[in-house]
Amino acid sequence: MFYDFLIYALVGGIGVALVAGPLGAFVVWRRMSYFGDSLAHSALLGVAIGIFFEINLNIAIIICCLLLAILLVAMQKQHFIATDTLLGIMAHSSLSLGLVTISFIEDARIDLMAFLFGDLLAILPEDLLWILLGGVLVLSLLYYYWPQMIAMTINEELAAVEGVPVAKMRLLLMLMIALVIAVAMKIVGVLLITSLLIIPAASARPLSRSPEKMALLASLLGCAAVVMGLLASFEFDTPAGPSVVVAAMVIFMSIYLWPRKVAH
Amino acid sequence: MNTDIVRLEQVNISFSGKKVVHNVSFNLHTDCITTLIGPNGAGKTTLVKTVLGLIKPDTGKVWLKDDLVIGYVPQKLHIDSTFPLTVQRFLQISRKLPSSAIADAVASVSISHLLQSSIHGLSGGEMQRLLLARALLRNPQLLVLDEPVQGVDINGQVELYQLISDIRKQRGCGVLMISHDLHLVMSATDHVICMNQHICCSGHPEKITSDPSYIDLFGAASAKTMALYAHHHNHDHNLHGDVLPGDPAVAAASHQHTPECKH
Repeated sequence: MFYDFLIYALVGGIGVALVAGPLGAFVVWRRMSYFGDSLAHSALLGVAIGIFFEINLNIAIIICCLLLAILLVAMQKQHFIATDTLLGIMAHSSLSLGLVTISFIEDARIDLMAFLFGDLLAILPEDLLWILLGGVLVLSLLYYYWPQMIAMTINEELAAVEGVPVAKMRLLLMLMIALVIAVAMKIVGVLLITSLLIIPAASARPLSRSPEKMALLASLLGCAAVVMGLLASFEFDTPAGPSVVVAAMVIFMSIYLWPRKVAH
Repeated sequence: MNTDIVRLEQVNISFSGKKVVHNVSFNLHTDCITTLIGPNGAGKTTLVKTVLGLIKPDTGKVWLKDDLVIGYVPQKLHIDSTFPLTVQRFLQISRKLPSSAIADAVASVSISHLLQSSIHGLSGGEMQRLLLARALLRNPQLLVLDEPVQGVDINGQVELYQLISDIRKQRGCGVLMISHDLHLVMSATDHVICMNQHICCSGHPEKITSDPSYIDLFGAASAKTMALYAHHHNHDHNLHGDVLPGDPAVAAASHQHTPECKH
């Protein structure tokens, strides 16, 4: 009947989509999509370092993403370069550094395409465990800190006056995004990861009147995109990661083109 | 009995070497409305943020009463249009509140009819009222307002200042606000601090509140308003805002405030 790899892919993809929903909403609200992109690029550096030092790849990617998130937060304190410039420098430097490092590894049989565009169908039970652990951790943190995160997103100064530790919350949000990106890299790859964060959240926006509904809906739409994309990939023998993104795009287009009363 | 809730002593703040606040000291009390006035770049907002704890002074002391609850109404609140939010939800972002408290708060600023509306469709005046309601829901001992009437039409401004004045009367809280509109703020303030990096002068505004037609008149004619506050300057400023040396009496006599006045 169903093949194991397809089950794994579905479970892994849905797991990532569930977490990516609310986090993606924050990425959209706080205009952080370029941040997601930069971290994703740095994930490739993590892959290279992992192979080079023969560490577990998942751990190497997670550590690399977390470190870059911290570095970025630290560097945002200076005022000579704007954040988007900084992100551009970091994204392409870490990507290039990763590619250069990989070239040093002798007879490494690295499927670069799998890292760049994801290899959802090669997902292993071990990867599922990482997705599960990362997902549960991020969702619990989000649930616990939700009111403070929302207050910070509306207005940082107002939140600070009302007692929200804004700097800590900002760092926590970045670390959570870094973690999800690291874990989700297997699913859609370095180049497409941000789409899994922002497309479902953007699709949920016109249908939502509260931040909670938007976050939840983003999760559900993300799951729908994963299922649709994977089934299409299986049916038409198309690459899995890009198929998921195309499915997300189709959902996005149909929501935005659907005639409806304008909601705010 | 008015008690001190905030004391600033010899506060100095500079940004990248440029002095923004110079040796400023003042106290805020309960049941007292203090208004900061001054030109752009005078350091008013910086000073308010210091009171709020958002900016740490380079030197000097900022003392707040223990467990002082501050309600803050920022100058402008831009909420990204990607963020879905109703008025009701906005009022209980940081904590769940009983719906009776919410109803009271919106009623006290006359925006009850907007409770279910999206926050993105509000006018400038409605937004300011909403921010005020949100600040009041914290039962503040100190209400801080940074140009509360910005982007509000002239009638709305009069109403807002009246509202702030009423709130002070009902609750006996301290109020610190920044304003450009001297003529309108007069009726609703007990103490005026005029600053341009340093405190130029401070004191009670003239008692003009008894005649409401006065406010109407000056509301319509927005110019020629600067004489309303009795300035007692003993110094003069050049274009950079630095204090000019010279005979204080001569300087005071030569200083005529006009709408073009850079002071």
